[in-house]
Amino acid sequence: MLTIRDLSVGFRRYRGLFRHEETSRLSGLNLTLDAGEVLAVIGGSGAGKSLLAHAILGLLPPNAVLRGKLAFRGQALNPVYPPALRGRKIALIPQQVSHLDPLARTGAQMSWAARRSGSAADTTARLAALGLPPQVAQLFPDQLSGGMARRVLLAMAEAGAPDLLIADEPTAGLDPENRDAVLRMLGEHARRGAGILLITHDLKSVLPIADRVAILDEGRMRGIEFPRNFTGRGAELTSSYARDLWRALPENGFLTDA
Amino acid sequence: MLEAHDLAAGFDGRTLFDGVTFALESGRIMGLCGASGAGKTTLGRVIAGLHRPSAGVVRIDGQQPASGKAQPVQYLHQSPLAAMNPRWKIRCILAEAGQPEAGLLTAFGVDAEWMGRFPHELSGGQLQRISILRALTANPRYLIADEITAPLDPVSQARIWHLLGQIARSKQIGILAISHDRALLDRICCQGRFELGQRGLIRHEAAGPVGVIDPDPAGRSARSAGRTAVRC
Repeated sequence: MLTIRDLSVGFRRYRGLFRHEETSRLSGLNLTLDAGEVLAVIGGSGAGKSLLAHAILGLLPPNAVLRGKLAFRGQALNPVYPPALRGRKIALIPQQVSHLDPLARTGAQMSWAARRSGSAADTTARLAALGLPPQVAQLFPDQLSGGMARRVLLAMAEAGAPDLLIADEPTAGLDPENRDAVLRMLGEHARRGAGILLITHDLKSVLPIADRVAILDEGRMRGIEFPRNFTGRGAELTSSYARDLWRALPENGFLTDA
Repeated sequence: MLEAHDLAAGFDGRTLFDGVTFALESGRIMGLCGASGAGKTTLGRVIAGLHRPSAGVVRIDGQQPASGKAQPVQYLHQSPLAAMNPRWKIRCILAEAGQPEAGLLTAFGVDAEWMGRFPHELSGGQLQRISILRALTANPRYLIADEITAPLDPVSQARIWHLLGQIARSKQIGILAISHDRALLDRICCQGRFELGQRGLIRHEAAGPVGVIDPDPAGRSARSAGRTAVRC
């Protein structure tokens, strides 16, 4: 469904008045994502995770330089981003809850999202599907807890039944119960046939729902692993960096055995 | 000894928690977890003197911290970017607390080249190390570490906590570590893990070995004695 070949992203900036330099933020990335698959992209802050999401959505700032090939269902996404794809076939669950309109009630925002993507706006049913009471529709974003807001963002992204859903840190700042609820909903969406690109720094929490785990570090792909291999001392893992991450978890070695 | 006695706090007349009483010893790490919105950050800010409690007192060695001086309890923000002036370079940000010790600069792996950069030009892990270094330069007796490694990868997280564990022991700084990650708290907290509820703190026993980043056997025996002294 999604094919990424040799993707590099850099930023051009001025040095002095006339010269400019380019800094590389992502380089030589190769990825494929199939329908019905959950691909987790793991990386620490500054690894280039959000940049990857923005490249797939064609939302890079004007001074970004993108090289390589991006294609969605055989249709090239660069250099010119095809119209009517973003927000309909490809949707984003943004990292920050501040992406909600602070001046509009939750229910109104959910029905706008549904209308934009051309589907019916049954807000009450959608809220119930997320395990939220109908009164939530009357609340403003600042009255929602972190877990509720994240589910509302998920509902808005899912409104048009997108084929590809990009979730950028959908569980950051959530307690374990809310985190697992959000991940479960993403897994269900994949079972209905969508491809999910799940971007997160939390390796442990995605293992139950991910089909494959891609590991990103400082803009480079450091290996793609199967979740079942994250076990014991990680002997089955193909990349040493993945093994280091696994062993550094507090439940495992926490670097005391390094 | 940092003592919190019967603390209560909230916002706009709504109480988040009350009856929070605990004691944190110098050189020890105590863990604090709780559901989203339970008031973990607010409790941390109350102890650091950044939020006025609606009831209760915080005492350090039996005395209430004086205002107007460098605070003996330093608060480490989850997002260090939010605790720094975005128009200042790293050099100025560090100088706010004084001249950092050369030994600490080396221990935290601070590159001299970072000094001329702005906060947004460092990665999350690098910036968090700068933030911790700045707090330590203020010679605190206690640190509040509010989800300081939550957005970091496991390797950076483990490095920061090993370093903080060593510093806490050598400088006798007590640390209140706030996190959602119970496994992390069980790993780092030699003084145990507590859960914040509306009616105060509940102590949890760890499933595995507790506080294994503290390899000091002498500290370990003192610690088990200290654990019984904890009130919750």
